[in-house]
Amino acid sequence: MINDLPVVDVHGVGKSFGAVNALQDAHLVVQPGECVGLVGHNGAGKSTLMNILSGVLSPDTGTISFAGEAITARYGVSEAKQFGLRCVFQELSLCPNLTVAENARITHPQIRGFGWRNDASELIKNWLDEVFPDNGIKGDDVVGDLTIARRQMVEISRAFSSLDEQVRLVILDEPTSSLDKISADQLLTFVKKFTAQGGSVILISHMLREVLSTSDRIVVMRDGTMVADDATENFDRDRLVREMGSVLAEDAEEASAETARANTARVIQIPAKDGIDLNVFQGEIVGFAGIAGQGQTEKLIQIFDASNGKVNAVNIDNAAAFVAGDRQAAGVFPGWSIEKNISIASVRMMVQRYLIDPLQEINISNEWKERLGIRTDDLSNNILSLSGGNQQKVLFARALGSPAQIVLMDDPMRGVDIGTKQDVYAILKQEAENGRTFVWYTTEMDELKHCDYVYVFRDGEAVAELPSHKVTEASILNASFDPATAA
Amino acid sequence: MNLTEKPWIWAWLGTVSIWLVIASISGLSAGTEVLTAAASFGTFFVLVAIGQMFVVTLGPGNVDLSIPACMTLASTVAMKVMNGSEAMLIPGFLIVVAIGLTIGAFNFALIILLRIPPIIATLSSSFLYLSTAIWYNRGLRVKPPEALAEFATGKIGVVPLLAIAVLILTVLMHFVLHRTYFGRSILAVGQNAKAAHLAGIPVERTRFLTYVMCAVLAAICGYFLAGFSGGAALNMGEEYLLMSIAVVVIGGTSVAGGFANLPGLWGAALFMFLLVTMLNTLGLSAGYRLILTGAIIVAVIAISGKKR
Amino acid sequence: MSRYLTANTMRTLLPALSLAAILAAIFYLQPRTMSYFGLNLLLNLAVPIALATIAQMFILCVNDLDLSLGAFVSLTACITATWLYDTPVLGVLALAGCVLAYAALGALIHLRNLPSIVVTLGMSFVWVGIAVLILPTPGGKAPEWIRALMTLKPALIPFPIIAVVVIAIVVHFGLMKSAAGVVLRGAGGNPLSVERAGWSLLKVKVTMYAISGFFGVLSGMALVGLTTSADANIAERYTLLSIAGAILGGSEFVGGRVSPIGAVIGAVTLLLTGSFLSFLRLNPDWQIGAQGAILILVLAMRMLINRSDKRS
Repeated sequence: MINDLPVVDVHGVGKSFGAVNALQDAHLVVQPGECVGLVGHNGAGKSTLMNILSGVLSPDTGTISFAGEAITARYGVSEAKQFGLRCVFQELSLCPNLTVAENARITHPQIRGFGWRNDASELIKNWLDEVFPDNGIKGDDVVGDLTIARRQMVEISRAFSSLDEQVRLVILDEPTSSLDKISADQLLTFVKKFTAQGGSVILISHMLREVLSTSDRIVVMRDGTMVADDATENFDRDRLVREMGSVLAEDAEEASAETARANTARVIQIPAKDGIDLNVFQGEIVGFAGIAGQGQTEKLIQIFDASNGKVNAVNIDNAAAFVAGDRQAAGVFPGWSIEKNISIASVRMMVQRYLIDPLQEINISNEWKERLGIRTDDLSNNILSLSGGNQQKVLFARALGSPAQIVLMDDPMRGVDIGTKQDVYAILKQEAENGRTFVWYTTEMDELKHCDYVYVFRDGEAVAELPSHKVTEASILNASFDPATAA
Repeated sequence: MNLTEKPWIWAWLGTVSIWLVIASISGLSAGTEVLTAAASFGTFFVLVAIGQMFVVTLGPGNVDLSIPACMTLASTVAMKVMNGSEAMLIPGFLIVVAIGLTIGAFNFALIILLRIPPIIATLSSSFLYLSTAIWYNRGLRVKPPEALAEFATGKIGVVPLLAIAVLILTVLMHFVLHRTYFGRSILAVGQNAKAAHLAGIPVERTRFLTYVMCAVLAAICGYFLAGFSGGAALNMGEEYLLMSIAVVVIGGTSVAGGFANLPGLWGAALFMFLLVTMLNTLGLSAGYRLILTGAIIVAVIAISGKKR
Repeated sequence: MSRYLTANTMRTLLPALSLAAILAAIFYLQPRTMSYFGLNLLLNLAVPIALATIAQMFILCVNDLDLSLGAFVSLTACITATWLYDTPVLGVLALAGCVLAYAALGALIHLRNLPSIVVTLGMSFVWVGIAVLILPTPGGKAPEWIRALMTLKPALIPFPIIAVVVIAIVVHFGLMKSAAGVVLRGAGGNPLSVERAGWSLLKVKVTMYAISGFFGVLSGMALVGLTTSADANIAERYTLLSIAGAILGGSEFVGGRVSPIGAVIGAVTLLLTGSFLSFLRLNPDWQIGAQGAILILVLAMRMLINRSDKRS
């Protein structure tokens, strides 16, 4: 079935939730064999558009056609599947209690009858090997026992896998967020191969480098509509950032020449087990780097527990506060207002005669709402009424508003828009100058440039320490793979 | 906030409408008497339901099934120790509290040490408590001290004394839930235990205190119930298992955790009592009465549930 | 073979090991039970309890809990001993109605997003109420064919053993090995993803509740086949027994992790616990307490295995 009709033609689509226009007059055309990069801030309307394409939501206005066929009112998840559309959503959507093969069966109803298990296992393994060579995942591995990165590999491979049906369009929403660099590169290579064979991909990513290197065309969204749509060669990082409507990152920040550690009190000390000693001095911003999932988060939690006197392997005298990166699982209290979400780490100090003083609670929430620019007109609104980036700001406000002088951050900028990031970076710098100490695990190279000192992790331990002027992508990668040369 | 958004409104609406039905059938003075009886019995429901509510609020899977066994054991021991002597009233009460503390701590120890769901932990331990009660007193019924019986059945006008005491406790607990660090911690743990831990809340201590509080309230309930009904009996706690859970949920507390309220407990406790009374008034046989009770519980839950 | 696998195997083996231990203890205390007749007597009630435990397991699989199962089994037992005996057509229709009622319950719980604990709590009143109306005083009679089936005396292996093995294998293949079973379990593990893959969660929930109701009905029928009469509270204990049995057998409360073979073994283990305690000539005051203690003991062992798993 050869035709040069676009795989998908979104024409003037609008969608609103109550008073909020999530999407207005959106246009998006994807040709066969094309990879379209879709970028924009959180809340720019990307997720809404993807949910409409995948049949989870239906549009209020406009038309959508697949291969020239206009979709009907009955369009839903299964119709989208029939058109050959597949989605990899941001949150993992595998069943942890099932094996890899059984998860493949969930999305392939035609695998049935005698011997289905072998069929499913073979199918998913073939595609895993195709997308992520040397992945080491077996068909009868239970998904819940796999690492997050491997789960994501299964999820992505499953989306591309097909039996006899044709997979025409795959939507990848932040597909590399949990992958290390090698796997991420494997995926991007595969995407090019897939499109060369006539398939189409919509790639949503905050990793602008990935979008620039992989897609044929880039569409930029802002405030629920498309603001730019052009061939990739006409874009560079600066133009992308400009179109997204955010301040250009101040890359030209003078790298401080001093390499010595801060001349202040040592606030955290972790004696080495296998790696090297880990020291943090007051007022520093210390980064944790390395490939994702090398024990950085666990170390942060260990430091946090030590500050509450639960762990002995870490020397820490001050109280610590924690900024979670995984908002749903470890950050947000979904039943509470923004205000209560901010104050929870501080209310213990606000108790007078057994009761929490509501006035202090309001004050601290208001103060940090202002300082971080949390976009809401009413702090008593539920936290879930905020966009993802603003929810993350609430988590920052919680930690910064608490009396703790040490703040631990667990890759908090995951999937957060550049505007929010710039706001937060500025505050962190200011707070550090006032004597607060930050320990910052991040998966983004750019963020390590804000750190005074960086520890690179491998196999659960810090294996290299780099002063800020030595922090480059090359040195970090070097240390991530071979501690001997980086020491 | 809109009144219909208050989680406890449904229980109170149900209570009022059932009372109107009863009063319109049996007249106003009978209606007042029924209300007094409802307050007397409802008080015991509320007393155990307060503890159960805090436990349920800790999050999915948290429920205390050992409440009936705890009531039985505490009251059996207290009645035998007091042996009808008024001088022993206070020591008896202290023993009851001590038993509650022990049971709560033991329940929590099982949950934390064996890492088993609270429902199974409290279920298995309740067998132990019940066996201990049987062994301790062989099911003999010892009369409560006169003063205890008088207090438990006493009234000011038409209002039972105990109801006033528990009402004061309810108000106190309202403040504990919404204004103290302990209450805030319970709500936080119930919504997201991991986030609560990372916000510096002592999660395990909060859970420990909650289970202990629940057991202590159950033990105290057993003490007064024995006084109210002329002694401890092995099956005295039986209906309190289902009732404590039903009252909590009909009262608008979320079974998913992290969301609780106290006014609903009174609404639901009165509702449950009046419901049975109304079906009696209508002269229905036991079978129909059971069916209707169950159907109305399910209907209340179904109506207050959120559509998917 | 990695350590991880052995810990996993241990976990799977734990129910079987507890069963073996309690059986060995019984044989030691009372060697006469080690015979065809002895085993038949020991395991007399295994079939209805195993069926009820399987019924509970299906509910656990979709992250729910059925607190009305004992009442429901009592009701189906009453229907079996009355209507199914007197007017088989009416009896069959009534039992089919019971299964439909369970299916409807599943639909209600799903559509209104209700906590199963409370709904089934309420329904337990309803089941007992209907049972009381059908059979106000203990009585009724077991239909001949059920009686004949339940008292079969096959050569070599006692009937209850054959029956529970068949139940375990049938459910194992139906739920754990079939392509359709994957979807049912997947809905317990990650409902959203199963829904996005185009399956109807409503259908899954209705199916699971209907299957559970079906096994509940079978349990009531088997029970009457053994006791020959019924009463409205005949299976009251089955609610707790079935939950404990399923958990003992390795099922978990959330996440769709269940094990049919384990559930049957767990049910039989709990049943034997009762006999074991009476053979011990334990002070009857401590009978219930000892059952609780054994449950705690097995769970403690499971925890120890899990912990050694984490350490390795």
